[in-house]
Amino acid sequence: MSGAASRQTRRSEGAGESGVSVHPEASAHDYLTPARVAAALAILGAILAATMLAALACGSAHLSLVTAMRDAASPDRAILMGVRMPRVMMGAAVGAALAVVGAALQALVRNPLAEGGILGISGGGAFGAVLAMILFSRFAGVDAIVPAAAFGAALFSTFAVYRLAQVDGRLEPLTLLLIGVIFNAFWGAAIMLINSVVNFYFTHSILFWLMGSFEAPTWREVAIVAALGLGGFAILMGRARDLNLLSLGDEEATHLGVEVDPLRRTVFVVTSVMIGAAVSVSGIITFVGLIVPHVLRSMLGPDHRLLLPAALLGGAAFTVAADLIARIAIAPAELPVGAITALCGGPFFIYVLRQEGRRAAVL
Amino acid sequence: MADQATGETTDARAIRGDASECLSAPGEVALRAIKATAGYGGRAAVREVSIDVRRGELLAIVGPNGAGKSTLLRVLSGALTPWSGTVEMAGRPLGDYDRRAIARRMATVAQENPIAFRFTVMEVVLMGRAPHLGAWRFESARDLAIAREALDHFDLAPLAGRAIQELSGGERKRVFLARALAQRPEIALLDEPSAFLDMRHVAEIFGRFRELAERERIAVAATMHDLNAAALYADRVLLMKNGAAAGYGRPEEALTAERLSAVYDTEVYVGRNPATGALAILPIDAARRSRINNPRD
Repeated sequence: MSGAASRQTRRSEGAGESGVSVHPEASAHDYLTPARVAAALAILGAILAATMLAALACGSAHLSLVTAMRDAASPDRAILMGVRMPRVMMGAAVGAALAVVGAALQALVRNPLAEGGILGISGGGAFGAVLAMILFSRFAGVDAIVPAAAFGAALFSTFAVYRLAQVDGRLEPLTLLLIGVIFNAFWGAAIMLINSVVNFYFTHSILFWLMGSFEAPTWREVAIVAALGLGGFAILMGRARDLNLLSLGDEEATHLGVEVDPLRRTVFVVTSVMIGAAVSVSGIITFVGLIVPHVLRSMLGPDHRLLLPAALLGGAAFTVAADLIARIAIAPAELPVGAITALCGGPFFIYVLRQEGRRAAVL
Repeated sequence: MADQATGETTDARAIRGDASECLSAPGEVALRAIKATAGYGGRAAVREVSIDVRRGELLAIVGPNGAGKSTLLRVLSGALTPWSGTVEMAGRPLGDYDRRAIARRMATVAQENPIAFRFTVMEVVLMGRAPHLGAWRFESARDLAIAREALDHFDLAPLAGRAIQELSGGERKRVFLARALAQRPEIALLDEPSAFLDMRHVAEIFGRFRELAERERIAVAATMHDLNAAALYADRVLLMKNGAAAGYGRPEEALTAERLSAVYDTEVYVGRNPATGALAILPIDAARRSRINNPRD
């Protein structure tokens, strides 16, 4: 990718002996320009479009995109619009939301290992959703209550993890991760507990939360997740420069004009809404918010004015691709997409953790 | 600075309006602490300190470890709210300004400068322009020119594209000083700007800030350990002990042998550098003698 290439170039230029003055053209790569943003997003947009097209074309049932487009009455059309399209759109919306949330949370806690799943926020959301689903199963408004409960529980989880990780007003990265892991395990256990006391009818849906899946979403669900995801993304984009400044630490950011506490509250609430929306329709899908921002940051640089929209497109593409693998790997049977992302994500998490550890040791 | 106000919103200019007249006068007070007491937990680290930071001068804050130098700087920057007493910027309580309004006028460089992600040197220096920019705006040609000038000021132009993590401690320090400069402040608060720097860069940095103080009428306050640097570069010195002011005035007034010996609990020689006539401060190796004479030490 050209973004990666240019980032490499400017690193190696800088690595040259000091005293050699930088070439005027080269200095355009030292910082983020609108042209660099446009180029990177165009490439990622093309990747996303190609991935979605592939995901629409492939699946357990044979389908011709051409026939589906030409003939409105064909079974191809029915499969495409009734099954694959909502599923692909849902994968894109959830993946985009999760990756943007990951990038924002990483900025907030100044740690590339933060992510909704790892910090136990998704687990909290899933618990809230499962609980609401069982308690309110007889109510007509259960469809609206489940996402709201997922959001409320996700928000509670976020604040609890964040508060508990603060030691003497300082956020210790390792403490944060450990508390996140504990919350994750706790919510998982709580869900299992519910699972063991409810009747068989609910068991399948509970497993679905635990593993994550995009099976058969309705268009209405797709629209809700997409709207909340895009709304949250727009709010976060408005704070993108402030998120950059937060990398310097709370106090330094304050000295550069950022009102840190309101910023933190905004990001917590927005990310909790986004995770709540994603979890309420697709269960727990981990590591998307870790892998996608990390890879993009190393290619495009850490500036959130580019990283957030890049995560939106990259997260969508990654998740659609993971879901495609989940659908066709053992077709006609299906794998849960959460298992695919976790299988990629586990080793990746360990890799990043070791890299960070090495860097910390050097500093 | 002639072009300073152009990037600002009207309300920022309005805030400045009432003060701009007095600020243009030489040595006018930009930042003032009045009987400020502050600390952490229940322990006061700064006790009833009153000081002025004046435009066009460099104020050095010196004292032994734990004397409250950094805490005082945090009080002046608004990062720490005093328990009692006040801090005023241009005659108004600091609390009357929002953080952005403060950031447009005051730059602070902390003692340690951690940064979480691999931003380039240029990106970090450009962060100094943030208080002057809207959320959605990219840096203008003028912002870039200001950042480049700040880089040049600290000989950082060749490092502009390097990741901040790849720099040495001294280089990193200079990047953050350049960022403060890119902020185009009226007040610069520097916590140990000479830490990690070799002799040449210490001289250069204080030289630069002196020059900026004189030419741009910036008010500079810096904590430092090096008493000779304070004597050499500062217009005025605040000597602190146990959170309180132990001496305050021109270097030759504040840094007397008597005061320094009391503050540092060790015998100090204050003379003149025969080459330049500048104040020269040296410890007298009395440790061994005093230990023999005073077993309690």
